Formats: sequence, C-alpha cells, structure tokens
Amino acid sequence: MANEQNSLILSTSPHIKSDESVRKIMLSVNITLVPAAAFSVYQFGLYTLLLYAVSIATCLVSEYVVVRLRKRTFTLNDGSALVTGILLVMVLPPRFPAYGVVLGAFVSIVIGKQIFGGLGNNIFNPALIGRAFLAATYPVHISQWILPRMSAAAVSGATPLAGMKFDGIVTPFSDLFFGTVSGSIGETSAILLILGSLYLLMKKYIKWRIPASIFVTVIVLGEIFHLINPAKFPGPVFHLFAGGLMIGALYMAADMVTSPITKKGCVIYGCAIGLLVIIIRLFGGLAEGVMYAILFMNAFVPLINRATKPRIFGTGVNHEY
Amino acid sequence: MKLFSFQGGVHPAYRKELSGQREIKEAGIPEQLVIPLSQHIGAPCEPGVAAGDRIKEGQVIGKTVSFVSAPVHSPVSGKVKKIEKSFHPLGQKVLSVIIQPDDEGARDYMKPLGKNASELDPKDILTRITDAGIVGMGGATFPAHVKFSPPKDKPIDTLIINGCECEPYLTADHRLMVEMPEYIISGAKMIGKVLDVKEIVIAVESNKPDAVEKLEKAGDERDILCVLTKTKYPQGAEKMLIKAVLNREVPSGGLPMDVGVVVSNVGTALAVCESVRDGKPLIERVVTVTGNGVKNPGNFFVKIGTPVKHLIEQAGGTAGNIGKCIMGGPMMGIAQASLDVPVIKGTSGILIMQEADYMQEGYLPCIKCSFCVQVCPVNLLPSKLSVIAEARRWDLADSYGVNDCIECGCCDYVCPGKRPIVQFIKTAKIKVREIKEREKK
Repeated sequence: MANEQNSLILSTSPHIKSDESVRKIMLSVNITLVPAAAFSVYQFGLYTLLLYAVSIATCLVSEYVVVRLRKRTFTLNDGSALVTGILLVMVLPPRFPAYGVVLGAFVSIVIGKQIFGGLGNNIFNPALIGRAFLAATYPVHISQWILPRMSAAAVSGATPLAGMKFDGIVTPFSDLFFGTVSGSIGETSAILLILGSLYLLMKKYIKWRIPASIFVTVIVLGEIFHLINPAKFPGPVFHLFAGGLMIGALYMAADMVTSPITKKGCVIYGCAIGLLVIIIRLFGGLAEGVMYAILFMNAFVPLINRATKPRIFGTGVNHEY
Repeated sequence: MKLFSFQGGVHPAYRKELSGQREIKEAGIPEQLVIPLSQHIGAPCEPGVAAGDRIKEGQVIGKTVSFVSAPVHSPVSGKVKKIEKSFHPLGQKVLSVIIQPDDEGARDYMKPLGKNASELDPKDILTRITDAGIVGMGGATFPAHVKFSPPKDKPIDTLIINGCECEPYLTADHRLMVEMPEYIISGAKMIGKVLDVKEIVIAVESNKPDAVEKLEKAGDERDILCVLTKTKYPQGAEKMLIKAVLNREVPSGGLPMDVGVVVSNVGTALAVCESVRDGKPLIERVVTVTGNGVKNPGNFFVKIGTPVKHLIEQAGGTAGNIGKCIMGGPMMGIAQASLDVPVIKGTSGILIMQEADYMQEGYLPCIKCSFCVQVCPVNLLPSKLSVIAEARRWDLADSYGVNDCIECGCCDYVCPGKRPIVQFIKTAKIKVREIKEREKK
C-alpha cells in the first residue's frame, strides 16, 4: 500500500468525465457526411473522389506543418482538419480544377483556422473561407455545372437556383429532395444530408436551434414573398431543399466553433442567416447566398454571445414568495 | 407521483449498485484516531485536553471560541497520545488530537432530553445541537446551530430534509433512510420545532423508492411530506433543491434563509435526533466506502477520526492499481494525497478509484460546443469562464458571474475537450477575491 500511496493522483473535482471527446464529435461529423459524399462520387464521377483526396491531404498536411511551425502540440488526430477537407469539396462544383482545391484547402486551414489560433479559436467556418477564396480567385470555374449521372433534367446548364432566378424554371421538389439535380458536389441530396445529421442532432453535436431557426425563417419569408408574387418568387419548399441550404444549415452554420454558445444566441444567429439567404437569393446578384450569409453571421457570433448572456440563477428575479 | 426537478444537470453513471444494498456495518475502532480540531466552516476549536489525558467516549476535546464553530468530542474511550498538526482532508495541516483507544468503554454522554419534539423546548434543542457539535453532514460542514438560528427578519417557513444524495457512488444517506427512518423523521421534527416552520419536506431522488417507502411508513403525513425528485445531478445542491421543490430562487450571493428555507441533510437530522434523545454528540457518521479500487464496497458506521486506510481494510482491501482516493463523491469530492487522512464530520464517502488513462490526460482548447452551457444549473457560461481564466482576464470573470458558480462540476464532466473548467473557475474566484481585497485597501 505504501507504494500506491505515493502515487495517488491529485486533481480538482470532478473526478469522472463523460465519454464525449472532440475527436469523437469530429469523427461523427465525418462519418455522417459519408452517405452524401458517396452519393456525390456516384453522381459526378470518380473525378470528385480525386478532389476529396486532394482536399483532405492538403488540409491534413497544412494543419501538420502550421502546428509544427507554431510549436504547438500535435492536434491532427482530433479530426477537425478532416471535416474541413470534406466539407470544402462538398461545396465546390463537380469539375473544379484540382490545383484550385489544393489552394482552397490550404487557405481553409491556414487563413481560416490556424491564423486565429487553431482548433476552437477560428471565427469563420474554415471550409467556407476556402470556398469564398476560390469564388474570388476562380470566378469562372466556381459557376460551371455538369449534369449528374442520375438526372431529372436532360440538358446541362444551371443549378436549380440559377434556373429559378434567371430563367424562372421551378425544379420539382422530389428532384431536390433526392438530389437528381446539378449543383455543388455534396449539396444536392437533401435526404442524405438530413439522414446524416439526424445522428448528430440526437447526440447534440449540432445545436438544433440553429438549423431549426434557419429553416423556419426561410419557410416563413419564402412563403411571404411567394404569396406576394408567385410568378417571380419560388415557394418555401424550393428554398428549403434547393442549393446549399441543407448542407449549410446542418453542417456549416451549426459548426460548433463558429456558432453562438447561448440558446437565444443560436436562434438569433439562425434567423439572421435565414433572412440573409432569402435576401441574397431573391434580390442579390447571385443565385445562392448560403455561404455569404453564414460567413457574415460568423463575424457577429462574439457579439451575439455577449448580448445573450443567460440570466444567472438567483439574479434579476423577484425574491418575494 | 410528480417528479420535482430543475434546469440543466447531468446523468453520470451512478454506480450506486456497488454499495446500495449493503447494510450499514460497524467499521470498528482503529489503532489510532486523528481528530482535527477544525471539522467545520468557522473558527477552529482550541484543545480541551492535553497529551497523556485519559478521555471518555463523548468527552469534549475541542472547545469552541466563537459562535460560528462547533465543539469536537472524543469518539472513543482512550488516551490522548499527542496534539499536533496533522493532514486534514481539505489538504492543509490542522491541529489535531491523536487518540490511542482503550477497551474500557468509558462513556460521557450528555443527559437525554426526550423523544418527542412536541414535548421539548426549542431552546433546549438548539442548545443541545450546539453542544453536540453538529454540523451540516452533507459535506458543507456549516455549524448546524448557526443555520438553525436565522436572524429575526428572515422567518423560515419550510424545512427541507435533503435525502437526494445525487452524487454518484454514494449510498450512505440512502442506507440511513432505509435503516433508520424513525431517527430521521424524529430529528427532522426537532429541527422543525427549533425553526418553527410550517412545513417539513423530505426530498429523495426517484432512484431510491425503498427509502421513500420506509420514510413514509415511519412518518406521519400530516407532519412531514415526502417528495420524489428526478434522478439528476446536482439535484441535492441546496439551490437546485429549493428551486425544484418550492420553485423559489435563492438570490445570487444569498442563502436559503433569504427565501424562507433551511435545507438539512438526512445525516444531520439523524445526528440531531441522537443528540436530543440519547445525549450522543456527533462522534460517528455513516460513510460509504466504494469504487473499483476496493474489493468489497459497503456502508459503515465510522468513528470520526478513523484513518481512510482502516476503512479500506474494512472494505476488503484495495483492488488493482489505485489512482485516486476521493473524500466525498466523484463530482465534488476532494482527491487525497495520502490514505492516512481521517474521516471528519463531513465525510460522506471514500471513493477509491483504480488508475485510468483519463485521469492524467491533457485538455484541448474550447470548441464552443456549448454542452457546458446546457448543463449548468445556475445558467453560467462555463466555457467562457474557463477561457477568461485561461487568459488571466480576472476583470472579466466577475461580470460573467464567476462567484455564482456552485462548483457542481457538470460543465467539466461533459466537456469534450476535457477542460478542467472547475479548476479554472476556482482559480478565478480566488483571483477575483484578491483583487477586490486589494482595491479595498
């Protein structure tokens, strides 16, 4: 016993920990993205598989190099760089050049994340920073679409959102829902993204208030504008399932690091994103506005957190009884 | 039956099955007892005996020098070996009386006052509680007579007897309720009489239906109400319990008496009953000895001052490679540096845990998952507080309510980055206090 006594571990309470870990959360996100990613490879061909590989490899290498340069402990195994690598490809067009993806992945990790201090400290969603960079540097490539293998439309051309905006073509709900439409690599199949995220919602790895308030805002505003001018503005269901709204709401807006920590804050953040999406989609120059809506609101997260501090127990109530 | 509860909280693995069905056994008398002269919040006692003195069981060995204090009695008959500074479960060295027990069994209890609270004078009961050295047995160890003497402008209408025992692993209160319900009911009535309350409520978590059954049988529904609370940690925390049962919020920085409530642990009720009815001072308590680090977990009647080592032997000895010895439960208990520390009045359990990898793991930056925000029972932003403390921004800690933290550990428990949030918050509290004191000067 003397020996044991010398080695007793001292630490502050609590002495038990739940089995949640950052690694577990990030790996869960990765795994739930697999169905949508696999479907995207089927739909858009093996070339997209190459893009995934290139993006993931670049993310991991950049993370490794920067962490080494910053002389920080090695954090590659937390799985967060992997998430960025996969998500970046999912929001790019199917024939985006591979060298562009290398650049985008590098920007995602280095400018999007490590410059702010690495895991947990970034303000903007890294994958979206990468995409925004590519949208600015490769404006032509970022808007070139191809028809998927399983396609509802016969001729190649615009995404459902662009078709709606510029040609007034309404894509049927079922095509949007199952993903037999053109669009960014991983955004097309609403059903697979929803199914994947259900697990995350159940595990509370997604702050449910964020997607919920985005959806509600989009539905309400979409319906209002649709009622005002049905010929010009599509209905709420179209808004919900077209373009990047599903992947944006479920996987990017709800990214833990870059979203508010308070309950009220999540609702404000979600509603604002929904509002911006509708404004950009209906009145902006672009067909899709999810990326900019999220990046814009990311910037307000610290402010939202501060403004929505919960009422501390025992304060601000009448203590008469 | 309605389950009372509160916002937030966690559901850790309870592990109460290790000792929950084990009847309370006598732990016996160890070779030597170490009795700290400070076992309560407040002024330490002065030694009332000298080295070499023969003492009787129940004799005062530590005298109080102020109101907020509680006398200390000898748990055994024997001889004072020496009086010296010795390690206390709270970490520092404290003046302690070291006693060598003998087998003469000489006893010096106080005069029994009577059995029925209704026939007793509340002043006598209060004096008895003072003299018996009773403190809050749930772990806070605040002198009971102080708690039971609220100022005139704070009338108390409800006494809550806390039988929640929400800490995982611990089963001492559970066994007490099952095995000695009459004592608890009777003690509760005595406390109720002192406080002149309208209502006495015994609150028990829903995972102890047998305890409620026994208490209801032992009590009389007209005097005492038994309520079930949801099994959720920290249901037994005073503020959470009052909120759950009465829907009253203890004000920030305030005490339960500010909302007309006194909360007492079932162990305290038992001690009150024994002191009034048998004249027995607080020299013994029930302790759960448990965890995967002991072979035979169980519940024991333990003499105050018994070294942890003796209790481990009573529980069948150690099993495996011991990583931690915790006094109290796993959520709020204190890790001990040595197995020689004694059981004190506030020790509800000894948790011996085998070494595990997670105990020495490092932590990651906050990823803002907000798990901690969702479980915090007092609505703080624990993650923010931990980041503030990490950055040493003590000026901000106060505005984020650091002093409202009850240190329940829920945030720390759920943190996927394994951040030592409670440690950060404790440090911040100390720093904030230091800064405030400096400003005063």
